[in-house]
Amino acid sequence: MPASLLAPDDQRFGLDRRAMLPGPFALLSGQSLSVLEIGYETYGRLNADASNAILICHALTGDQHVASLNPRTGKPGWWPRLVGPGLPIDPERHFIIASNVLGGCSGSSGPGSIDPATGQRYAMHFPVITIRDMVRAQALLLDHLGVGVLQAVVGGSMGGMQALDWAVAFPDRVRSVVAIASAARHSAQNIAFHEVGRQAIMADPNWAGGDYPVDRPPAAGLAVARMAAHITYLSEEGLTAKFGRRLQNREALGFGFDAEFQVESYLRHQGLAFTERFDANSYLYITRALDYFDLAAPHGGQLALAFAGTRTRFAVISFTSDWLYPTAESRRVVRALNAAGAAVSFVELESPFGHDAFLLEAPEMNRVVDGFLRAGS
Amino acid sequence: MTLRPDLAAIADAVPAGARVLDIGCGDGALLAHLRDTKGVDARGIDVAATNVASAVARGLSVVQGDADADLADYPAGAFDMAILSDTLQAMQHPAAVLAELVRIGKRCVVSFPNFGHWRVRASLALGGRMPVTRSLPVSWHETANIHFCTVDDFRALAVDLGLHVESAVFLSGGRRRGAAFANLFAEQAVFVLSR
Repeated sequence: MPASLLAPDDQRFGLDRRAMLPGPFALLSGQSLSVLEIGYETYGRLNADASNAILICHALTGDQHVASLNPRTGKPGWWPRLVGPGLPIDPERHFIIASNVLGGCSGSSGPGSIDPATGQRYAMHFPVITIRDMVRAQALLLDHLGVGVLQAVVGGSMGGMQALDWAVAFPDRVRSVVAIASAARHSAQNIAFHEVGRQAIMADPNWAGGDYPVDRPPAAGLAVARMAAHITYLSEEGLTAKFGRRLQNREALGFGFDAEFQVESYLRHQGLAFTERFDANSYLYITRALDYFDLAAPHGGQLALAFAGTRTRFAVISFTSDWLYPTAESRRVVRALNAAGAAVSFVELESPFGHDAFLLEAPEMNRVVDGFLRAGS
Repeated sequence: MTLRPDLAAIADAVPAGARVLDIGCGDGALLAHLRDTKGVDARGIDVAATNVASAVARGLSVVQGDADADLADYPAGAFDMAILSDTLQAMQHPAAVLAELVRIGKRCVVSFPNFGHWRVRASLALGGRMPVTRSLPVSWHETANIHFCTVDDFRALAVDLGLHVESAVFLSGGRRRGAAFANLFAEQAVFVLSR
């Protein structure tokens, strides 16, 4: 291990870091990036035998601020129930790395970055990326940080897909994988919802083929994209419990098209708030990467072959009311892992909160993740 | 840790270092014992999420699933020993599950309550009621057990399926007893089978 890893003033470690990694960075599409920038942060310290590193992968609209204040939005970290002192992923025990995905808009190379070839923002000239490209970018970041083998890769939703892909792309660099509320492929329905979102963005005149000025983004289109997506993160049961048919600040129907129902008002707010923190072109690229994701595709549709010979341990967790990445998709992963002879644990947890359950209070999830990680440490 | 006598009888049948699948593993007590005392590569299946969570928290690789439906996912000969403890009688299709067991495992060990025990017979014959006994403590309408069998029934099924009975252990009151009149005097039976 490089001595600098233990030096407290090593600028590579800490909150809100940037790494500028020299290219070319080859992508699955055949294109490449001449330089790779990654926004990331680290928590805790790598131990003496470098065996306690955990990579956390974020979901579609997440970022690297998993357990610290987001310096741009002022909001707390997005996984405070799983990551933190005394929690299953604990900076006192683990060296935790979280990075913004390739294509993102929180410090990593994406369509909002400057193309060194032109001096202009890439916009739609940014190459189309894949989950594998995201994972390979993370691997380069780990090289930069001096981390060889990960104790675990942990993620929910798209983060879980990256975690699964880690075990396929770098089987010798990851000892265990935790994939929560996730899947090994995007289904037709998943792709369909993403296409609605993309078309909403592209239909906004402000989108202008992707060449919108930073201060005049296609906010209306992005907000509609978020509204449609947000519905998929919840459950019918959850929506009914939270809103029912209740009206917003009124006693009777208004016979108009204001946000009369509470659920309309809520969705509009979610859509609008999202445009404050997310870039529309990044949304196009990352949803595309998700749609392209299918771990079985390079193996003639046989998912088990993707994991053949793996020595990685897996924990797969799903939630009963998640219809975005339903339990059946997790079971498909588990079936493939069993067929590959992998050490796999799987549990479907009860929750009324839909896909978002993995971000909420879930004591059983914490118990499973904690036990699983401790057994492999 | 002391294991329940029937689980101890199963543990005795498992060789050290074996690859083991425990079907209906509960909270993983037997698997953890086998891992800690015999160094087995321990895997489990259980239908209840809370059981799975407990087993995973013990550091075991356990999958939530249903033996009636999910055993087909495992490749043939994937395990040295497949364990089905006190679960056969709760299966929808016991014969199909047994066939899967000997496909997945090179050998399998199966334990079940003996419905031929004299207390059971007496309860039915003299009392005219479904038995509620030490090894069958739940009343007929609440029990998960839907396919009871006797020791002799089980032997007959093994013959029908072309399975080889390697050994059998019988328990009464938590103690081992001989094979003589087991169909009448054993409360529980533990069979080791192979193809």
